[in-house]
Amino acid sequence: MNSNVVTLSINGKEVSGRDDETILELALENGIQIPRLCYLEGLSIVGACRLCMVEVLGAKGLIAACATRITEGMVVQTDSERLAEYRRSILEMLFAEGFHVCSVCVANGHCELQTQAAHAGIDHIDLPYLYPRRKVDASHRLFGLDANRCILCTRCVRVCSEIEGARTWSVSGRGIEAHIISDFATPWGESTTCTSCGKCVQVCPTGALFMKGASTAELEKRTDFLSWITAMREQR
Amino acid sequence: MSRTLTIDPVTRIEGHAKITIQLDEAGQVRDAHFHVTQVRGFEKFVEGRPFQEMPSLMARICGICPVSHLMASAKACDMIMAVHIRHTAAMLRRIMNMAQIMQSHALSYFYLSAPDLLLGMDAPPEQRNIFGLLEADPEMARAGVKLRATGQKIIEILGGKRIHPAWVVAGGVASPLTEEKRAEILALLPDALVLAQQAFERFAPSLERFQAEIESFANFPTLFMGLCSKQNTLEFLNGDLCVIGPNFEPLERTSNAEDYDELIGEAVLPYSYLKSPYYKPLGYPAGVYRVGPLARLNIVERPGTPMADRAFAEWHKVDRQSSFHYHLARLIEIIYCIERIGELLHEPDIMNANVRSHAPVNRAQGVGISEAPRGTLIHHYGVDDDGLMTYANLIIATGHNNPAMDRGVLQVAQRFVKGDELQEGMLNRVEAVIRAYDPCLSCSTHAAGQMPMQIELLSAEGDVLSRVARG
Repeated sequence: MNSNVVTLSINGKEVSGRDDETILELALENGIQIPRLCYLEGLSIVGACRLCMVEVLGAKGLIAACATRITEGMVVQTDSERLAEYRRSILEMLFAEGFHVCSVCVANGHCELQTQAAHAGIDHIDLPYLYPRRKVDASHRLFGLDANRCILCTRCVRVCSEIEGARTWSVSGRGIEAHIISDFATPWGESTTCTSCGKCVQVCPTGALFMKGASTAELEKRTDFLSWITAMREQR
Repeated sequence: MSRTLTIDPVTRIEGHAKITIQLDEAGQVRDAHFHVTQVRGFEKFVEGRPFQEMPSLMARICGICPVSHLMASAKACDMIMAVHIRHTAAMLRRIMNMAQIMQSHALSYFYLSAPDLLLGMDAPPEQRNIFGLLEADPEMARAGVKLRATGQKIIEILGGKRIHPAWVVAGGVASPLTEEKRAEILALLPDALVLAQQAFERFAPSLERFQAEIESFANFPTLFMGLCSKQNTLEFLNGDLCVIGPNFEPLERTSNAEDYDELIGEAVLPYSYLKSPYYKPLGYPAGVYRVGPLARLNIVERPGTPMADRAFAEWHKVDRQSSFHYHLARLIEIIYCIERIGELLHEPDIMNANVRSHAPVNRAQGVGISEAPRGTLIHHYGVDDDGLMTYANLIIATGHNNPAMDRGVLQVAQRFVKGDELQEGMLNRVEAVIRAYDPCLSCSTHAAGQMPMQIELLSAEGDVLSRVARG
């Protein structure tokens, strides 16, 4: 595949990359962090969480850094008061929509949502909490799904489909009713497609997917396996 | 005209409560009640959660005694998993539980009750607090702060934080002891033991000054309930559940936690959110019992450590039916806890790295019983096949004492409240009888907040004639 090298500016810094790279990829290569939740290296890009929105000079609105390729002469700003405000709003909405009780969560201290909130300086939520009554699916022998903690990033859906090839997970319902289901909305423990590989649990950014038996703050997730698997496949 | 005095809220206790005192036409006390005015609802909102989350969720019932709830909850979870936890894990849990009892007793005695005991029941209310104590007797106040800090520090060393440590888990504890932690805890104990012994030696001889209070602070025969070791010594975590009669005669002894349901009934009274438990075979109110330090020391033959055993000699000299002696019992238990923590840290198996057992759901029910600072704590859980909570019943230490506190209020009011003139010292004694039990009302009704106090004088028709408020 042919690609050209382009030069652009991110936060006032001159950087170069291949024109098939995204703004997020190039930023990360250059040590510039952009907040993100649905993006995970090794999985396809959905641009669902909108946390990685950046300002691009001349663009009408904000641009999702994970889903936008770099072009010659682009002027990108990844951090500004306006962006910080948008990101805080997004995070607040995630907290208000679900039921996130960090203090008793298995992922406390290792949760990407919690980390992003801390970086954004969120110490309270202005929006009214919806307090949804979502079910916990603990029917699987090894793992559990607490839909109260799910932010619909769809990392589990993508890793199951793209890496494991099992396609156990999908999204059902629309808007505020959207939720993750296994197979045809059967309990996870009864799924005929699930291989119990646990990849979905590892890539889940919150405590929504968890290992059974884990206690508060014990669940440290590892996502590094993804880059190894994809690298091995590409070599083959 | 008959009147009602209302003390609302009661001060220097943990949680929200009020007291009402009913006066007859002659101004004599006719009736009195203790009302718990808060409600929490933990039993309801844990439904549907994975049982492994319960220790951490239940610890949130209380910021004073999170560890006690962790213990009872973890024990109930052990039973759901049908595991016998490792010996080392059981010892480590014991150490943390005793550190909790020690810090809570220090809070109760030095911070909440010592102002009454040292400065006097009739001292001006603005002095009757920890700051007044600090002024009158800085040494004693410092000892209280130090003892409480020691207990909290031990909890922190073991669990990573002082309040709500997640270290106690279903199946044992999350991590083993290290040599550094062991040495750190051992280094804290000698000073603490000296302070505890001094406090005891100072308080025991002063008891004669409180004769009137000893006679009237809930001084009546009741049953007593608590855990007790096979050797009839103090055991706060893994002992048999024992009930003794009003003459200290054994009535019941069981090592099966699930038996609690056969032993304890719960009466619901119209004037309080707090249920009134009773010993089922005797019914309500004949089966009213007390729990906590007073009950525990009345049940055991001796505490079981050298210095606590020596202090226990004093115990047989006192009127053991009086709830005033909760204070003395607390001081003896602090000595015991410090000594016993030291003993356990010298056990050969204490450094074993195997401290956690893993298992799925093997039983549909689990009951965990532990001794909290205030008495016997029972957590009873039901789970579905996937381990999700279907049911929770909590009987909290303070709850057991509810009927005895209620009766104690009447007894002390009859002794000290005269006519319709409200005096501070008189009201303080009515509150102090409650304080002797060191109730934790936020725990017992599963609510939040602090407890100031107010007394109202009501006519027979319910009109407020006068009101005294503080807090």
